[in-house]
Formats: sequence, C-alpha cells, structure tokens
Amino acid sequence: MKVLTKNRLLFIYALILFVVIQILYSVGILNNYYMQIIDIALINIILATSLNIINGFTGQFSLGHGGFMAVGAYTAGVLTTLIWKVGQMQALPKFSLFIIAVLLGGVVAAIIGILLGIPSLRLRGDYLAIVTLAFQEIVRVGINAIDYVGGPRGLLGIPRLSTFAMIYFFTLISIFIMKNIVYSTVGRAMKSIREDEVASELVGVNTTKYKVMAFSIGAFFAGVAGALLVHVLQLAHPTMFGFTSPSIAGPLSILVMVYIGGAGSLSGSIIAAVVLTVLSELLRLGIDSLNGLHIFPFTIGPEWRMVVYAVLLIVVMLYRTEGIMGQREFKILVPEEEEKNATGSA
Amino acid sequence: MSGIFNLQQLINGIQLGSVYALIAIGYTLVYGIIRLVNFAHGDFYMLGAYAAYFTINFLMAQRMGQNTLIVIALLASMSVGSLVAFLSNRIAYRKLRYKPRLSALITAIGVSMFLEYFSSAIPAIGPSYRPFPQFISIKDFNIGTVHFTNYQIINVSIAIVLMIILTYIIFYTRLGMAMRASAQDKDALRLMGIDLERIIDLTFIIGGALAGAAGLLAGLTYPRIMPYMGIVPGLKAFIAAVLGGIGNVVGAMLGAFILGIAEVLGYAINSIVGEGIAYAILIIVLIFLPQGLFGKKTGEKV
Repeated sequence: MKVLTKNRLLFIYALILFVVIQILYSVGILNNYYMQIIDIALINIILATSLNIINGFTGQFSLGHGGFMAVGAYTAGVLTTLIWKVGQMQALPKFSLFIIAVLLGGVVAAIIGILLGIPSLRLRGDYLAIVTLAFQEIVRVGINAIDYVGGPRGLLGIPRLSTFAMIYFFTLISIFIMKNIVYSTVGRAMKSIREDEVASELVGVNTTKYKVMAFSIGAFFAGVAGALLVHVLQLAHPTMFGFTSPSIAGPLSILVMVYIGGAGSLSGSIIAAVVLTVLSELLRLGIDSLNGLHIFPFTIGPEWRMVVYAVLLIVVMLYRTEGIMGQREFKILVPEEEEKNATGSA
Repeated sequence: MSGIFNLQQLINGIQLGSVYALIAIGYTLVYGIIRLVNFAHGDFYMLGAYAAYFTINFLMAQRMGQNTLIVIALLASMSVGSLVAFLSNRIAYRKLRYKPRLSALITAIGVSMFLEYFSSAIPAIGPSYRPFPQFISIKDFNIGTVHFTNYQIINVSIAIVLMIILTYIIFYTRLGMAMRASAQDKDALRLMGIDLERIIDLTFIIGGALAGAAGLLAGLTYPRIMPYMGIVPGLKAFIAAVLGGIGNVVGAMLGAFILGIAEVLGYAINSIVGEGIAYAILIIVLIFLPQGLFGKKTGEKV
C-alpha cells in the first residue's frame, strides 16, 4: 500500500494552496478585492466543470445551465434570507444552516434536472440545445412572476455567508466527486454516449439513464455554485441567469469557459475558469484606465469584455476546435489504475 | 365576438407572425442546407433595425418623402442584413463545414455574442434603448370593433410581398432548384457541377436580407430598438421553424403565423403566459411531433 495515493496528494496540495492563500491574505498581500476575484474564480470552476459533465463528457449540448444555477441560487437564497433569516443568527448554527441551504439548492436543481432530462433527452444535438435554452428562459420568466422571491426586482438582502474557506471547501469536494464520477463506470458510459450514442445503446448501455444522470449531476453542482454565488454577491436577480447575461458567472461565460478549456477535460475547465475570470477583471481595469486617460472622445463601455470573449470563442473554435486541453487531464486528476491502462493518447 | 378571442387579436397576431416568418425563413433555409442552427440570425434582424434607424434619421433630415424613404430604408436594412450574414458565413462558418456539427453551433453562439456586444460597445449604437423614428403619420382604421393602423398594413404587406418573391425564387428559378437540391443530396449536387459554397453564400444572403427586412418592420411597429433585441425573436422564429418542420419554407411561414397568433392570445390572457407560450409550444411539439406540422418523418442513419 502506498501511503501517498493520488487522492491524498490532491488533498494535500489543496491544503497547501489554501494555507498559502490564507497567509497571503493575513499578511495583507491579498486584499478583499483579490479575495472576491478568487471566490468568483472558484465558483466558476464548479460551474464550468459541472457543465462539462453534461456537454463535454456526455456530449449533450445543453444551454440551460443558467436555469439550474437560478434554481439553486433562489432555493438557497430564499431559505437563508426569507425563511431561516440566517444572517441575524449567532456564529455557530449560521454556517451549518448555510451548508444545508446550499446542498438543498443543489438537490432541488438536480430534481429539476431530472424532470427536464427525462422528456428532452429523446432529442439530440441542436434540438436539445434549443429546448434547454427554452428551459432557461422559462425559469427566468417564472422567477420574474413570483413576487415572494422579489420578482423582477431580484432577491435582495442576502447575507454574505460564502466565505473563502466555505467556497474553497465546496470547490474541492465538487472537483473530487466529479473526477471520481468521470473515471467510474458511469463516466465510461457517459463517454461512450458522447462518442456514439447508437453504438453504445447497441452494446447495452442504458443511454437514457446515463444522460439523465449526467443532467442531474451537472444540475446539482450548478445549483450549489449558484447558491454560493448569490451569497457572495448578496443579490439574486433573474437577469443574472438569462441567456443574455453578461455577468462573469453568467451562462454564456460558463459556456465559453467549457469550450475554450476543452470539452471533456476537467483540467481544461479549471484552467479556463481561472484564466477567464482573471482576464475579465484585467479587461475591466484596462478599460477603466483607458477611460481615465481621456484619449478617446467617448468612454469605452464594459461591453468590450464580452466582445473579447466572443472573439476568443470564435478563434478557438476555428483554429483549435478541441479547446486548450482537448480531452487531456492533469496527472493529479487521473487515478493510478487509469494511468497504467492509458496508452499515452487519452 | 367579444372577450379575448376576437378579430383584433387575430390582426395583431398576424402582424407579429409576419415578423417571425421573415426571420424563420432564414433559419429554415440555412438549416435545410448545412444543418446549422444559426444562432446569430436574430442579430441580423437587430442590425437590420439599426440600419433602418440610421437611414431614416439621415433621410428625414434631408426632408425626403415618405414613400421613397420607406423603400430606401427597406433596401438599406436588407443589404446590411445580407452583408453581415454573408460575412459571418465566410469568416466563421465556412471553415467548420466538415468538422463536427457542434463546433459550428458553438461558433454561431460566438458570432451572436460578438454582434450583440460589439454593437452595444460602439458609441454610435450604445447599449441602451433608442426610439425608432415614426416618420409616417399614423392613420387609424376602424371596421366594426376592429381597430388597426396603416403601420400594420404596411408591415404585413411588405412581409407578404417579400414572402411571395422568396417562394417564387425557391420554386421557379434555377437558384431555388439548386438550393432545394443541395438540401437533398450535396454529393450529387457537386457531381452535377454546381458550386455548393456559392449556393450556401446565396442562402445566407437571402436569409440575412429577409431578417434585415424583419428588423425594419419590427422597428416600425414596436418603436424601441436595442442591441439585444434580436435574441428573443430569433429564438421564437426558430421555434416557429421547428413548428412548421425545419427545412420546409412554407411550413416555417405558417408556423410563424401560428406562433404569432398564439402568443398574442397568450398575452391577452396574461403577460406571463404570453412570454412562456412559445417555449411551451416548442417543448410540446418536439416531444409529440418532432418532425413538425409540415415536415417529413426521417429515420436516423447509423
């Protein structure tokens, strides 16, 4: 028996990274602004990897991730803000209740994922994309209609319960679970569906079951991430989760992350989530400083950030269709027995 | 007839349906030939609306007559729509013709994002709403209890004329024959010595022109334009194309009118019902009638 198995190594590295960031924060090198960017980047990691389970590993082109995020976000937000009023409590039960709220947000999103998955997974490719996009819009319209959760005003006054440690913990656990799913029987079934749905059905893979499973897993983590996100921003708004949302953790950005990172690679999603989150902040700062110079007769809008994203997406698709990482993974995320079997070209 | 289901709603529905129909034709033509859901198609419509907006504002300053003005605005919006459609095909979609279909779809989303955010980033257009100039004096017509304006008449008649021209092109010209043939069998088409890429270019140009014209018509009747206005009508026009059986031009037109009328009736019942009705129709159609109302049933090739 090896003492340092890869799973343990993963946790040790993660712990080291966590301690490093905490020390840098307490020394004062990382201020609250940087910490917020790190928080958003971590949440984007969960979102991108969970969308990758559906789009990358199972090959089902879903555009409805914003819907799942919204369901999780609003479930958790309503629980902590309106029902339990967690923000006003004393220190101890606050965070345990918050964890329960986040998990419940994930569970409700997963249930919605199953309900959406069963009828719509009979469809393929473009049709599935359109149906999931329609689902996302239906969720948005539905939230707009419910006055209890704030309707078009959004849900305000959410307590800031997502601390860095909490988000880090959730991200690490999510990556760990998704990594294990990818290299399990379920993951193999998902990949076989991606490669050829008809052939995998012929060799006895229950394609409907695994597609619904992929949808519910992706939806669960999207819900968790959405719940964490609104507890960072202290605001939940229906437009955040609509197709046109330009926000950095919006559905479009997540889609861009998955395909730039590489569909079918958790590592790619992680890299793309971090890089694009930081890039987006840099672009914002760059635009601000350009505006500060007053060399143009007009102010440069924040929309240029999304223009850059769009161009990146088109260029990556044209010149490197498989994304940055393709379907390769970091070695730390690949189990030992898998590595022995691998022939080099994973 | 009183209540919700009256003739007035029917007229409003036909008018909304004519806008959807013009967009849906572009979707269905492109999908029929290269099997691509062109997500950017709704943005060609948006650009058409802005082209009309700038043309009309410029010409109104020159004190031009109403009739010439509307013809020039129509030509401007159609040419901008077709130019952008042609360029997006050449720059973004052409290289991905023989790659997996999904990558073309993602590129289409990228093109759509680019057109929306680029136009809202340009200072001349800007991210906020703009009022569309009402350059024709409004005339009201009342027949019984039904009320409509000359804007609605102009709108529907332009749409119908364009649709008749398109139907003529598709069914009675050599270009239309080539387009129908390329939807059937691309290899045979090439063997007959027809340049497939040229046919695809022309398909994009025709689709883009119709979407641009739809932009002008929508600007005339719903006089508020913005860079993100194309997304929802684009999606709904695609739903209309699916409803009519995608790849089928006449089906797309009929589907668009059905969807427009259903949506107006839904809005008359409740605004939330109206907003969601198109999506509900989409899900029901795809589950129970995946080939659409007028489509052919196709098996999957293995």
